Amino acid sequence: MTVTATPEAPPDDAPPHKPPLIKPAVRKRLVPYWLLLPGILWLLVFFAAPLVYQASTSVQTGSLEEGFKVTWHFQTYWDALTEYYPHFLRSVLYAATATVLCLLLGYPLAYLIAFRAGRWRNLVMILVIAPFFTSFLIRTLAWKTILSDSGPVVGALNSLHVLDVTSYLGITEGQRVLATPLAVVCGLTYNFLPFMILPLYTSLERIDPRLHEAAGDLYARPFTTFRKVTFPLSMPGVVAGTLLTFIPAAGDYINAELLGSTDQKMIGNVIQSQFLRVLDYPTAAALSFILMAAILTMVTVYIRKSGTEDLV
Amino acid sequence: MTQPTSGGDVRLDRISKTYGSFTAVHPLDLHVPAGSFFALLGASGCGKTTTLRMIAGLEEPTTGTVRLAGEDITALPPYKRPVNTVFQSYALFPHLDIFENVAFGLRRRGVKSLKKQVEEMLELVQLGDFARRKPQQLSGGQQQRVAVARALINHPRVLLLDEPLGALDLKLRRQMQLELKRIQTEVGITFIHVTHDQEEAMTMADTVAVMNGGRVEQRGAPAELYENPGTTFVANFLGTSNLIEAEITDKSGGDLVLSAAGGKLAMPAERCSAPVRTGGKLLVGVRPEKITLAHAEDAGTVPEGRNRITGRIVDSSFIGVSTQYLITTPDCPEITVYEQNIERDARLVPGAEVVLHWNPAHTFGLDAAQDIDAGTELDEEAA
Repeated sequence: MTVTATPEAPPDDAPPHKPPLIKPAVRKRLVPYWLLLPGILWLLVFFAAPLVYQASTSVQTGSLEEGFKVTWHFQTYWDALTEYYPHFLRSVLYAATATVLCLLLGYPLAYLIAFRAGRWRNLVMILVIAPFFTSFLIRTLAWKTILSDSGPVVGALNSLHVLDVTSYLGITEGQRVLATPLAVVCGLTYNFLPFMILPLYTSLERIDPRLHEAAGDLYARPFTTFRKVTFPLSMPGVVAGTLLTFIPAAGDYINAELLGSTDQKMIGNVIQSQFLRVLDYPTAAALSFILMAAILTMVTVYIRKSGTEDLV
Repeated sequence: MTQPTSGGDVRLDRISKTYGSFTAVHPLDLHVPAGSFFALLGASGCGKTTTLRMIAGLEEPTTGTVRLAGEDITALPPYKRPVNTVFQSYALFPHLDIFENVAFGLRRRGVKSLKKQVEEMLELVQLGDFARRKPQQLSGGQQQRVAVARALINHPRVLLLDEPLGALDLKLRRQMQLELKRIQTEVGITFIHVTHDQEEAMTMADTVAVMNGGRVEQRGAPAELYENPGTTFVANFLGTSNLIEAEITDKSGGDLVLSAAGGKLAMPAERCSAPVRTGGKLLVGVRPEKITLAHAEDAGTVPEGRNRITGRIVDSSFIGVSTQYLITTPDCPEITVYEQNIERDARLVPGAEVVLHWNPAHTFGLDAAQDIDAGTELDEEAA
């Protein structure tokens, strides 16, 4: 560069150079906060505020006619828990079963899409996501028709005597599938399967295929390669998938409502009816908080146990 | 499992690989002697990696057989072959620490007390203190050594190296070349090394096979390939060659007399790989460092019996140990000359008229029917 420095004298009528209101360095530091602002506002209005409101509701007493007042009545929590603990347990059991079924069904499919589908990959991915084009409610209603007493599924299972076995195991009743635990768990599994497949696929797809070759080269048979290399490396997907399945499944009430009977009510159904039918707001709010705390605890323990922190 | 202490020889018979209508490797025969350091050299896409993968069992040959120490292993899956690979970019298991990466092969074969073996192997590659680190916490050079240790600990009959030094910077690459050579001499295992770097192949290997377009162009000891290339591709890909079109005018005794570049050149007949016929065309080659430059005024001092061409310096660049000159002659547009910087002649500047002369014994002859530029562009792309 051969530019000679000849500072031009500023014109006389130019305004004096004003220092910027905020120093550039400070402005740079503030950028992340500006970027966070819309999200934080959204969370405050639609998450934090209702949460505080619910928390206050849960310690109120009163009735619909006289109005509810905050009386710090924590007894509601204990009462709700003692009355509805079977529903909590059932929710956890159903959600956990559905999660395990999703994992068993979803893993082979995700593996196939990631490693074997070749040019069919995108098509299979679309098929996995396709159910989302229809509403959750409609799909679950469709299952009601599929599993109906006079439907083909019940007929087929009956003639194969499968229902005798499932009845013996206590997951169906008599000659029906609808209004049994089997129907609810199947509904949950079906509805949350894509939430299992997508994270599994993402983490499997990221695995360098050369690692499989390296394992084979180092005397690992295909199944050993899966056990020692592929599966451990897909753990982030397994954890994400099980969480994305378990958490919404535990709080779901549509499946139990449409496919189950009163004997299959989950905690979501109780909360829904307390809020909308019984109009006992404090109990409903307390139940919501208990569910939230329970899920948070289980998830924390699970993440700690699975030790995904030190996975890549 | 018994642990063979020496390497096995590898014999490829008519091995080939086609993908649809594309032939990656044409039927090829190759014998790698036991305990040798063998390099497959070529530009990217020449089929060298495919050949290596067929030996490893990662690729199924379309035709032909792979034999290891006399035994046909063509149908064996990779995990049953006594062969290990050092992969390009290493393919270390990211979820396992260095110790477990190195122990992987031993564990798969059910070796019990492996702690001592793994530690010894880590010492051999000077990574003893890194056993509990994860691969991503190591530098490129260290990862490379882990990859070598992970393969070597299994005492394979053959170690396959797929561009193992490609990801390293120049200085580290030089260091690792010597390191690998040292390890190979120490363990005595057959090494088959795939590389696009001709210098790397020549530094490390006992035998080099130069591949081009899915075929082996020439194989031999590095010095032999360099001094006596059999094709224009080898002449250009391995170092730099000056190739001059010439016509055979006479054959006297063991020497050929040629007319080229407006003068007469001579060369030993046995250094010509093309059929010799008086009046026939030939490509005459000479390496840049074999040529001596003399200023035109000193033409009289050039000893008798040397090949000589006159020309003019177009360009010169000083590169420390030597100076590179680009010279144009009436018949040949570009001749490269490397002069050692011992006593620099100040008159040798661009524009100066010069005489190029060299010992006729340093001349080689190639078939004139080939592409004179084969192997030149490829070298740059690969580098």
